[in-house]
Amino acid sequence: MKSLAELQAIKEKMKNKVVLREGGEEIRVVVGMATCGIAAGARPVLNELVEQVEKLGLSGKVMVSQTGCIGICQYEPVVEVFEAGKDKVTYVKMTAEKAVRVAEEHLKDGKVVSEYTIANYQA
Amino acid sequence: MKELSLNILDITENSVKAGATLIEILLDEDERTLTITVKDNGCGMTEETVKAATDPFYTTRTTRKVGMGIPLFKMEAEQTGGSFSLVSKCKEEHPVDHGTVISATFRKDHIDCIPLGDVVSSLLTLIQGHPDTDFRFCHDKNGQTVSLDTGELRQTLSDVPLNCYEVIQWIKEYLSEQYSLIS
Repeated sequence: MKSLAELQAIKEKMKNKVVLREGGEEIRVVVGMATCGIAAGARPVLNELVEQVEKLGLSGKVMVSQTGCIGICQYEPVVEVFEAGKDKVTYVKMTAEKAVRVAEEHLKDGKVVSEYTIANYQA
Repeated sequence: MKELSLNILDITENSVKAGATLIEILLDEDERTLTITVKDNGCGMTEETVKAATDPFYTTRTTRKVGMGIPLFKMEAEQTGGSFSLVSKCKEEHPVDHGTVISATFRKDHIDCIPLGDVVSSLLTLIQGHPDTDFRFCHDKNGQTVSLDTGELRQTLSDVPLNCYEVIQWIKEYLSEQYSLIS
């Protein structure tokens, strides 16, 4: 059985890491989690992004958070990437599979996956 | 919605937006019915807003943020021959015991009953996005229970946030393990 003792161990391990992390993220990834986003499949997209950020060792650099309705419900699930000094990138009609690529190519290597961006759909 | 667990996620997001510090998500299930209750201590709604909240076409400025979530949940319950209720006490009139309780009962044997789906995933999403809110979850299935109280975890973790990856993983395994024992 999972026990609270394990949680205590996590706490000890995280102590130093937390101080290091606070406010240090360079990239903010926001997933729309209103009714429109959730119905369109935002939950697996968000969970995949969280998994990938950890897997790729980006947790000090990237923060994944949630927001309400972004206003382009027909393009949900929508993921926005904010990075200081750069234009906001809006990924639309996302899936967990697409999230893996966005994490590897954009969040890790800094290369926007343009075929998933809104510009590609509106053209 | 494809799963009722997605409705739970959606309805609970309203509680977060209402400024709740404690949200209870209760599932009560027997052979034939499933009752989902989301109870919060948020700002609550006025009587007028409560009436409007279940109407998808009521679109005045004050209720715009309510949107489709509640009507959808109500419809999904009623299409199984089940029921829906929404009770709320707004902060202005009830300064101490304000909050909202939404409850829906589903008849599981009805052909239009949507499956519950991945509740654990919805809970993890809520905790990941709102680490400072406390969630109490209890799923009673034919007398056996799966439960989680983030307040208890917070005591052990002190200043380590609930949404750090290791903690989310621990919660995931903690809940999955409980589910494997009852199903």
